[in-house]
Amino acid sequence: MTTRSLTITAALLLAWLSGGGSQNGLAANTAGAGNMEAAVKIDNFSFTPALVTVPVGTTIRWTNRDDIPHTVVADDTSFKSKALDTDEEFTYTFTKPGTYGYFCSLHPKMTAKIVVE
Amino acid sequence: MNKDTILHDHNYDGINRRGFLKCMAWAGTGAFCVIKGGVLKSYSLSRIAEIGAHEAKGELSFVQISDSHMGFDKAANPDVVGTFKAAIEKINALPVAAAFILHTGDVSHLSKPSEFDTVDQLLKSASAQDVFLVPGEHDLLNDDGKQFLDRYGKGTQGAGWYSFDKNGVHFIGLVNVLNLKAGGLGSLGAEQLEWMGKDVKHLSKSTPIVVFAHIPLWSVYPEWGWGTDDSAQALSYLKKFGSVTVLNGHIHQTMQKVEGNITFHTAASTAFPQPKPGEAPSPGPMKVPAEQLRTLLGVTNVNYLRGRHALAVVDSNLI
Repeated sequence: MTTRSLTITAALLLAWLSGGGSQNGLAANTAGAGNMEAAVKIDNFSFTPALVTVPVGTTIRWTNRDDIPHTVVADDTSFKSKALDTDEEFTYTFTKPGTYGYFCSLHPKMTAKIVVE
Repeated sequence: MNKDTILHDHNYDGINRRGFLKCMAWAGTGAFCVIKGGVLKSYSLSRIAEIGAHEAKGELSFVQISDSHMGFDKAANPDVVGTFKAAIEKINALPVAAAFILHTGDVSHLSKPSEFDTVDQLLKSASAQDVFLVPGEHDLLNDDGKQFLDRYGKGTQGAGWYSFDKNGVHFIGLVNVLNLKAGGLGSLGAEQLEWMGKDVKHLSKSTPIVVFAHIPLWSVYPEWGWGTDDSAQALSYLKKFGSVTVLNGHIHQTMQKVEGNITFHTAASTAFPQPKPGEAPSPGPMKVPAEQLRTLLGVTNVNYLRGRHALAVVDSNLI
């Protein structure tokens, strides 16, 4: 499998929810940076994009599009989803800058990164 | 006539390698191999009815099933209950009754209690009532395996590993689906390896060994995670033995490899097939035409015949 490391700029990817986020309970930890959300798709045993760069306060929404459950677990276990069955989602809001490597704890060859600036 | 007799050669295990590999090659299209007294015989599965009970009978006969994924309901197989029942019918129809069943993990799809309950219930109709299990990653979701241990882990060590003896064969059930590291493969871990080293230390070289675990203990296709990071250490404890058979699941297809004294074998799933290594964008469930599905699912029958030779491993599909 080829590496599909895409850097998606915040401008391209971020959905500015302007209040819509709170309805979905996503804006709890935005630390004043606005209600920003970015999406990562889990498909074909890969996280896509494999590299996402976002501003502090962004919520990442992972959605499993595979027929097999996956998890989203930080390398340092600072965040950890339950097993996500097909079409299930996990969200996590990044409140501190840094590089966050994560993987699927069931299929650990699946690795990706979130860079928070 | 698909019947070969290969004479004893100078190998310790008494198997003519070329003949053995030929037999292995046939396994993919349905073959039955019996190794007895250093003589290997192979038959095509279509001729299995012609093999007398005397030929097939050894000191021990058991069955491996794997990857039942109870609860799975996607297009690759909307009826995993039906195919699991077909697997049990296959076991019950064996010419020599299986002494017990090994299940090499992914009993359930999502670790739901109802999924385990269904499998337990269906297994009650199997002619063999003893079932030995090791977990797959699907069996340990969200609780690091607590439920699995509560259900099946009586008398096991650590995260659920154990060993037992049957008719002179030493069986070792390993857990290689916990505490997986980012970017890595299956993992046994230091504690389990230490236990395994001690477990086999007192055994004589002539003891036949069967190791079973979910993820392959040989490097099938690391790009898809089909291997175990620290399996080399586990296998190093087994070098002294004349006959070692390693049975795995996880990859939902049969595959065999012989390396020195060790025969590696992976079993088919009873639920859905997965692609051959690298032949698809990912190892996810493979959808095939309905009439083909049961040709790609199966059960594995293993026979031990006393002597210095490998165990006979026979795959059959669910047709």
